[in-house]
Amino acid sequence: MPILSRETAAMFKPTLLGLALGALALTPLVASAERIFVSNEKDNTISVIDGASLEVIETIDVGRRPRSMAFSSDGSELFVAVGDDEAIDMIDLETLQVVRSQASGEDPEVIRVDPNRPYIYVSNEDDNIVSVLDYERRTLVTEIPVGVEPEGLGISPDGRWLVSTTETSNMAHIIDTELMETVHHRLVGARPRHAEFTHDGSEAWVSAEIAATVSIIDMVDSFDVEHTIRFDVPGVPRETVQAVGIQLTSDGRYGFVALGPSNRVAVVDQQTYEVLDYILVGQRVWHLALNEDETRLYTTNGVSGDVTVIDVESLTALQSIPVGRFPWGVIVQP
Amino acid sequence: MWADNVGARPLAGWLVAGSLAASVALAGPVLAQDEEVATITLGYLGMERPDDLEPLSVLDPVIDDDGVQGARLAVNDNNATGQFLGQEFVLVEAMVEPGGDVAAGLEQLIEQGADWIISGLSADDLGTVLEHQSLGERVVFNAAARDNHLRGESCHPQLFHSVPSRRMLADALSQFLGYKQWDRWGLVYGNTDQDRLFAETLRESAERYGHEVVSEKMWPYEAMARRSEGGFHDIQREIPVFLQEFAEHDVLVISDETDYFGEFFPNQTWLPRPVAGTQGLMATAWHRSHESWGAVQLQRRFERLAERWMTPQDFGAWLAVRSLGEAAARTGSVERAEVIDYMLSDEFELAGYLGFPVSYRTWNHQLRQPILISGPRMVASVSPQEGYLHPRTPLDAMGVDEGESQCQF
Repeated sequence: MPILSRETAAMFKPTLLGLALGALALTPLVASAERIFVSNEKDNTISVIDGASLEVIETIDVGRRPRSMAFSSDGSELFVAVGDDEAIDMIDLETLQVVRSQASGEDPEVIRVDPNRPYIYVSNEDDNIVSVLDYERRTLVTEIPVGVEPEGLGISPDGRWLVSTTETSNMAHIIDTELMETVHHRLVGARPRHAEFTHDGSEAWVSAEIAATVSIIDMVDSFDVEHTIRFDVPGVPRETVQAVGIQLTSDGRYGFVALGPSNRVAVVDQQTYEVLDYILVGQRVWHLALNEDETRLYTTNGVSGDVTVIDVESLTALQSIPVGRFPWGVIVQP
Repeated sequence: MWADNVGARPLAGWLVAGSLAASVALAGPVLAQDEEVATITLGYLGMERPDDLEPLSVLDPVIDDDGVQGARLAVNDNNATGQFLGQEFVLVEAMVEPGGDVAAGLEQLIEQGADWIISGLSADDLGTVLEHQSLGERVVFNAAARDNHLRGESCHPQLFHSVPSRRMLADALSQFLGYKQWDRWGLVYGNTDQDRLFAETLRESAERYGHEVVSEKMWPYEAMARRSEGGFHDIQREIPVFLQEFAEHDVLVISDETDYFGEFFPNQTWLPRPVAGTQGLMATAWHRSHESWGAVQLQRRFERLAERWMTPQDFGAWLAVRSLGEAAARTGSVERAEVIDYMLSDEFELAGYLGFPVSYRTWNHQLRQPILISGPRMVASVSPQEGYLHPRTPLDAMGVDEGESQCQF
């Protein structure tokens, strides 16, 4: 039986705890051997969690300051942006070892992989550019100038659009990946962090850390911000509510938004943008990942150094899994 | 008289050669062909450093462009966004010689088109600027003077403060010392007016936060020939004797704003006690060792531009100029009234690399901001500390609150 951390145990009421543990014991866990990869920013490691046992089964040494991760299009490798080494480490998913490393330009933070071409998009926070790397030829394809401190990147399911958020310019820059140029610039909330497309590609959701908002950008006609979601967690100081990671279910039902040091994940109705619930998780929740069949949501909790497992059906936190120091990103391998 | 020069032109600082053409092309889809770029001109008004005011430790650099470099960086940052919005920020600068004519400096800036003033001046010189008729309706951002009275009885409707007051710094330290349960303070202050003011503020803050100043003393000496011989030969005998009569205390708090003796105190005390205040463990708006919440990015940008570390005054000037940039971007306007209305509204939130958004207190125009508690080489904490509550925001537990403010606009 997985062990609950003290913090997590404390946050369940006794009855809820019994229910959650009971549910865990009775329902069969994930059938296939899913693996969850978590980047530990301060430990220079990737924790690998087994999706069935929910235990850390492997810890991979990588370069310095690992943050964002993405899979190669063929699913054979995991790419990890290692910021202080100015590189992308590439992990063979068979051997779970770093097999090569590609220079990425200064301070890579967030990476995304093109669904059609062997390209990695990299936000280079110090240089105000998005770099495009070819991971097969191991070359730099081009550099796209954006605003100050690019951070979040989102790519449309068809690969046509890339959204780059810049933390100090407070903008979402919409990049046409055929032209490899920015074509629209939209003001969003203060310190935008993350961009995620809906599965039909019609909207891009952009979170803003300081403003505690998610801006919904129409990606079909206007490319404008059509709606802004605000978060207000009852009983929690306003300043600690900071919107960061986003995950959107493929059925168009839920959007999940990590709310930083408020230690909550917001549940949003993807159609009406109404905030339905706030789920208490570990401390300083940063990024999120849904598993393959979208029954589970994993969160990285930077300060408490763990991953919370949320059951999507019941919208409850099931348990916490201790990982390394300052877990930043999380991604699930089907 | 004063040296002046037209500041860094927009874009020069952040665009690397080669990407300039691409960036110009970028602006195309944003701006209609005939749309004009709206310009907002800022003037930085500072005073040169008096020759005798150098830091006590030879490790601290002697800085002659304190503050203005922060304004230059923020203008670059504003323009990086402004290029997409049809807004351009221009900085003009005037540095008055020590004791020189600040009014003439102000007039010079206004001649060069300054609509907004960023001040690196002391409280007295700032008063001269505010009373000068050429100022008109222009707004002045105070990025240097910590005096409480500027936020209190001598506040001014055209004056905003991006630098924390002495009271905010003292409260930030008090909160951390409360967290440590170091409640009995020994207090040593210097013989300057600033030191007496900060000592008075520390006493008030100690009272608010339940600390007790059990003993206090003025350091009786004048500033020494600072760097002649390191100084420790006498100091290691003088300081223990000076502190011998102090009652039992948990921490020794120093008020030495001009940095002429406090740096000597750590490791020289009679009792083995930590040293805090203006030296040792400091409450400060900014510090080089601060790297959280993306601060490392700001530190790097600043060092590329200025070729030195960012100081609290640089940070104050940066915040002032970024406040204008943020308000202009959000309102889509460079008109004074619109920009000010937005800056004072609930909507205004600026990302200041301090974890919490920063914003202006409507009752005295002071920027509410988290404050670093830092040793010489490492940040120890950031105030507000957990557990110090306030009905509006924990940030307002630092500084004079609305109900007790003496400010009447």
